[in-house]
Amino acid sequence: MSLQITNLTVAYGQKTILRALEDHWPEGQVTALIGCNGAGKSTFLQALAGLISMQGEATLSGKLLSPEERRQMIAYMPQDTSAHSSLTVLEVVLLGRLKSLGLSLPKGLAKEALEALEAFGLASLQTRQLDEISGGQRQLVFLAQALFRQPRVLLLDEPTAALDLRHQLLVLERLRLIARQNGTIIGMAMHDLNLAAQYSDHVLGLGGGRKIASGAPAKVLTPETLRIMYGIEAQVSQDAGNPLQILPLRAI
Amino acid sequence: MPPPDGASFTTETGAARAVPDDASHYTVLMRQRLLRLSGAILVLVALAVADILTGPAMLSLFDVVTGLFSPAQADAMTRVIVLDIRLPMSLMAILVGMSLGIAGVHMQTILGNPLASPYTLGFSAAAGFGAALAILTGFTLPVFPWLTIPLAAFVMCVLAAALVFSFSRMRAMRPEVMVLAGIATLFLFQSAQSLVQYLAAPEVLQAIVFWLFGSLLKASWNNVPIVAIVFALTSLAVLPNLWQLTALRLGDARAAAVGVEVSALRIKLFALVALLTAGAVAFVGTIGFVGLVAPHIARMLVGEDQRFLLPMAALMGAITMTGASVVSKLISPGGVIPIGIVTALIGVPFLFFLILRGQRRHW
Repeated sequence: MSLQITNLTVAYGQKTILRALEDHWPEGQVTALIGCNGAGKSTFLQALAGLISMQGEATLSGKLLSPEERRQMIAYMPQDTSAHSSLTVLEVVLLGRLKSLGLSLPKGLAKEALEALEAFGLASLQTRQLDEISGGQRQLVFLAQALFRQPRVLLLDEPTAALDLRHQLLVLERLRLIARQNGTIIGMAMHDLNLAAQYSDHVLGLGGGRKIASGAPAKVLTPETLRIMYGIEAQVSQDAGNPLQILPLRAI
Repeated sequence: MPPPDGASFTTETGAARAVPDDASHYTVLMRQRLLRLSGAILVLVALAVADILTGPAMLSLFDVVTGLFSPAQADAMTRVIVLDIRLPMSLMAILVGMSLGIAGVHMQTILGNPLASPYTLGFSAAAGFGAALAILTGFTLPVFPWLTIPLAAFVMCVLAAALVFSFSRMRAMRPEVMVLAGIATLFLFQSAQSLVQYLAAPEVLQAIVFWLFGSLLKASWNNVPIVAIVFALTSLAVLPNLWQLTALRLGDARAAAVGVEVSALRIKLFALVALLTAGAVAFVGTIGFVGLVAPHIARMLVGEDQRFLLPMAALMGAITMTGASVVSKLISPGGVIPIGIVTALIGVPFLFFLILRGQRRHW
């Protein structure tokens, strides 16, 4: 199983947001989507998940996916963690499996949702309202919701943006484990290049709606591509046994 | 460095991993919500009984019970009062309350706005204009003459909905566009209504104003079934969308991400609200407040899960209407104050009580 993206283009009227993107995401691997603000990362993820219309193709294991199939198989987690809702935490997780919810819940579903919450240490918050918990906790709740869908492809928009350092590491560790164990294909937009280097198998760099670079972290995260993508001067180093380290020095 | 083996998420207190017990809090919450729904049903039944027992005719408890359960033994006068006047009025109060309560929840959900009500988008102003126009022109339908004014109100209400809809459709049914188009429509029909009132002769004006107050006196066995059917059909129509509506409270982006077709859902609910509001308003006139407040009271009691929120809002609407009906009869034993005047008077203190008592936020 692998996800092949071919000629993905998104345009609003005259304005082209993404132009002819190609990439290949293998089973069980984590891809980091990087690029400066407005590079089209969120648009790319939403288009892939069938939430906005696009031209081009996405095939899963060689099978072309219709927009409807993409909406079913590909889970997208939006970036915004603000929530003006008094829904309870467990209800939010349950909504991840919208299609199986009816007048009464299928037997065992609430327990499963509770376990999905507990995977992030949040079972004790189950009946708290979404607007009563912290932004970081909300991000974990939305992660639990996305994982509760058990998607074949999981797209996350800055999944660690609201988290403290410890939880950033825990979440990314967990996501990599899920990719390895279940074969889930994971793509996530990230701003922290060090975390991207540490936790991704593959990096796709976008700039101005185009693909700038794609490949293994060590291949993409070089001073040259960082200069092109972000307009910064950066120092990249690697000590034996440690992940790649990126030290941004100055904006050019 | 990756976290060492065994590092794991902890609960918010930083305490060791909590093992969820079998009787989870969620199950307890569900039970509490069902209990509150049952409680609301009991309150409604008690109020409905009180509603049938009270009235200007000063019938005794015995008379009313006889009239209801063995009409053959009651005298003709009692029978007519209980079966043909009070019972339809009570049923109408319940049905209109339920319709407005549910229409209010729908409106607040699809517009994502706690201030929305069935009247926000100008539906009631349109209905009022339709009725006023029918009263002014004195036009009567050749068949079912009693249906003339309600039908005029109903048709105008649907027209207003069509106007707001076609405008919002051009902007992808965005909530803020709907609210703006709706408020513009509201003012349009309010002006038209004022114009009709300005043109009307004094005795016609009185009839128009009385209609606009909102009164249950128009309830009869002719119109109660119509409101009941509209309510039943719109309720059935929303059953497949309960969880999608719950999901909409996460915002459009997150609702879409879990598989809700947001725009299509808005269109459907918009049509249902137009029908529910038109059905309720056509026969009793504009009754404010219920559609705004019943949803909030219901949300405080059972939360956002629409499986509980919708029935609770229906019950709260019916309770407010029935309670207002009883009060309106008690404060003027001789006559009956139009219920539209009383609903806010008794609903506001209850809402304030709930707001002050509650610790949580409810929107």
